[in-house]
Amino acid sequence: MVDRSALGATGAPFVLDVENGKLREFAAATFGTVSADGTAPPTFLTTAFHWQHADSDPWEQVRMDPARGLHAEQEFVFHGAPPKAGDRLIGTSRIADIYDKQRRSGGTLTFVVMVTEFRDESGRLVAESTLTGVETE
Amino acid sequence: MIPTPPAPLVVGPLTRTDLVRYQGASGDMQPVHHDEPFARSAGYDKPLSLGMLHAGLLGTWSAQWLGADAVRRFKVRFAERAFPGDTLTCTGSIVEERRTEVDVELTCTTQAGAVVASAWATFALEEPT
Repeated sequence: MVDRSALGATGAPFVLDVENGKLREFAAATFGTVSADGTAPPTFLTTAFHWQHADSDPWEQVRMDPARGLHAEQEFVFHGAPPKAGDRLIGTSRIADIYDKQRRSGGTLTFVVMVTEFRDESGRLVAESTLTGVETE
Repeated sequence: MIPTPPAPLVVGPLTRTDLVRYQGASGDMQPVHHDEPFARSAGYDKPLSLGMLHAGLLGTWSAQWLGADAVRRFKVRFAERAFPGDTLTCTGSIVEERRTEVDVELTCTTQAGAVVASAWATFALEEPT
């Protein structure tokens, strides 16, 4: 059962270094290759899993039931070119929305939206990653 | 001038190794994607493939087409499930072309035609001269 008090919860900032070896590993795992200029593949920021833990990950406060929860949607927005090998990003995640939808078949779906902002070391917003999870009743 | 799309990216039959390699690369170590007894206890016959792997395949195909450095927005919606043994085909087409950007729609389907992921992406285009 989703804990609605998690709405607005914000994690501590975390570092994500865009590393060459990690780019190659991710590209191989998604049946691609790293471009010559070391640009991260479109979904690479999902590797925040490696960098984000307890106090930087407010998703843990949502307490979505793993047996009834699903990853419904994922969006990445880039403000200019995506990050490249050698870039250091600072990520901050927040629980941006929690809302219900009634199913036509009856029952309620609870959607939870977590937005992670990635800034460079000068503070410029580089990218946002939006995760939407859904829990069935 | 938008390049001609590459041939569809066909991946499969998916193996457990493919799932584990993606899990290690992404850092998502959910056991339902590699631990057979755990997957069975969750009601699946086999480990479940990862939505974000399917998203990643769509990212690979679209970046090969329009350039990794040109992506500005990439939104994926997860639909049907996929399992080891399935063969996935990733392809897409142009939805709308503007002066400096193009919107594309991407789909990842199984050999049975089930859509496992749909994506909508925007790529920057070189300024027309």
